[in-house]
Amino acid sequence: MSRITPHGLARAAVVFGLLAAYPFVVHADWLVNIGVFTLMYAGLASAWNLFSGYTGYISLGQAAFFGIGAYTLGITFNHVSIGSGYRPFYVLPLIGVAVAIVSVPIAWIALRTRAMTFAIVTLMLLFIVQQLAFNLRSLTHGSQGIAVPQPSFSSNFDRPYYLAMLGVLALAMLACWYVRSSKLGLMLLSVREDEEKARGVGVRVTGAKLIAFALSVALTAMLGGVWGYYLFYIYPESAIDPLVMIGAVLMTFLGGKGTLWGPMIGAFVLVPAQQWTLTTYGATRLYLIAYAAVFVVVLVLLPRGILPSLGELVESRRFRAPARPDVTPRPKRAVS
Amino acid sequence: MSALLVAEGLTKRFGGVAAVADCSFAVDEGSITALVGPNGSGKTTLFNLLTGYLTADRGSVSFAGRRVRRPDPTRLYRAGLTRTFQQARVFPQLTLVENLVVAIQQPWRAIGRRALGRADGERAHRLLEEFGLAALAGDRAGSLSYGQKKLLGFATVLMGEPRLVLLDEPAAGVNPVMIETIERHVRELHARGLTFLIVEHNMNLVMRLCDPVIVLDHGTKLAAGPPSEVQSDPRVLDAYLGS
Repeated sequence: MSRITPHGLARAAVVFGLLAAYPFVVHADWLVNIGVFTLMYAGLASAWNLFSGYTGYISLGQAAFFGIGAYTLGITFNHVSIGSGYRPFYVLPLIGVAVAIVSVPIAWIALRTRAMTFAIVTLMLLFIVQQLAFNLRSLTHGSQGIAVPQPSFSSNFDRPYYLAMLGVLALAMLACWYVRSSKLGLMLLSVREDEEKARGVGVRVTGAKLIAFALSVALTAMLGGVWGYYLFYIYPESAIDPLVMIGAVLMTFLGGKGTLWGPMIGAFVLVPAQQWTLTTYGATRLYLIAYAAVFVVVLVLLPRGILPSLGELVESRRFRAPARPDVTPRPKRAVS
Repeated sequence: MSALLVAEGLTKRFGGVAAVADCSFAVDEGSITALVGPNGSGKTTLFNLLTGYLTADRGSVSFAGRRVRRPDPTRLYRAGLTRTFQQARVFPQLTLVENLVVAIQQPWRAIGRRALGRADGERAHRLLEEFGLAALAGDRAGSLSYGQKKLLGFATVLMGEPRLVLLDEPAAGVNPVMIETIERHVRELHARGLTFLIVEHNMNLVMRLCDPVIVLDHGTKLAAGPPSEVQSDPRVLDAYLGS
């Protein structure tokens, strides 16, 4: 069970310290740009993991809330001044909370289904929201898209966005860690393991699932907000994009779903690779083939993802090591 | 003795088959009541109706003097009515301690607290000690043997401080030593005031442990009474052996 350990604290401090230093050390715009998207996907994957990784309910609709977050920010700052340019970042938490509240009744209905049906229902949700974005013209301007006011950051334009993404990612990791080590986390895991039995031992399964869903949505919407502000233009097909969804899910599977660091590791492997194929092969969407290849590799070689597989490897090594006569080795829990 | 659980006219149909048909009976507080019957007589369906896993087509259930209006496993568990499953069901990826702690009734405001608080952990360890599983406390439940999983399932439902425990075939697929262990625990808990309703095919165990015995056939109550009486009831012999 995770709790605050010096080791874990040091690991988090080093990782986030290095990530925070990156845009101040690296000045090439395109590198910071890749950094922004890497952090965004790491955040999306972690947020997805917070609900789907812990409960086992595969949601394919979180990208809908990413888009709603982006549109909320875009529409708001068409009416409100962005001030010196940092104001949108400050209202992100509000956007997260608002979108999360909106998501609860939707989730309540979707959560009446299970397993595959839930995946299909949430996928449908994604396309419904996309259709709404196309057709609610008075609000979203349809396929014309919404322009977001541009800030005039003096130097190094990408840096504030990078730091905002990093902030939301840190929040997502903190939320994942806290949930995992709390009673709520235990409830969610019991749902994943055997929901019927969990109901039979007094676990309030629906409430627990709704809370996790809302937390995941809040983080996803905040990332959507930063994304919309970063691109200046929000279109239905890019804001509510099944490929973004699939990317986040794939990264979580690659890194190890249900683990704390897995989704982030998956994103740090896949996003730079994706951006590289994108620049190398032009906008041919050849990277989609690369995606599919990664999926196949993950399924064949690492069906449980990088972190759990590494954990098993370490365990089996430890097992094989000659035991001292006074110590009987016993399998430890896999890394989480 | 007053009745803790009363079922009246319970009926559940699956298509054209009435799995439970107009079934009425009572479980007295402080008893170890057995529910027996041939395969397919509706025992597990009845369990599912009593614990809210299925909704009855007709009939009602009262628990502790109050009618259960919307049967729901979680709510019933919190009211003190709980069950184990025929198959040994545990949370395989969780440790034994976590399996127990998750079954503690938590108020909503406690969900942000640490998963394994000190008091919870101590309670779980005491129970594991009692059930002889303390040495495995930190292991994943999935690594247990079938019999140990049954014990763990039994221990888990005790974390909710129930008044009535429904055991669904506690001795099925379990070695004789483990059956004795389970029997000992039922007796100890009974002595502490717990009421049991047990579905079981092992007649030796039923005759030793339970009184009264309710016999179910074709989804309805055929006979009820002390074990010796039921054993010699011609209708019961008929149902089991055929005429």
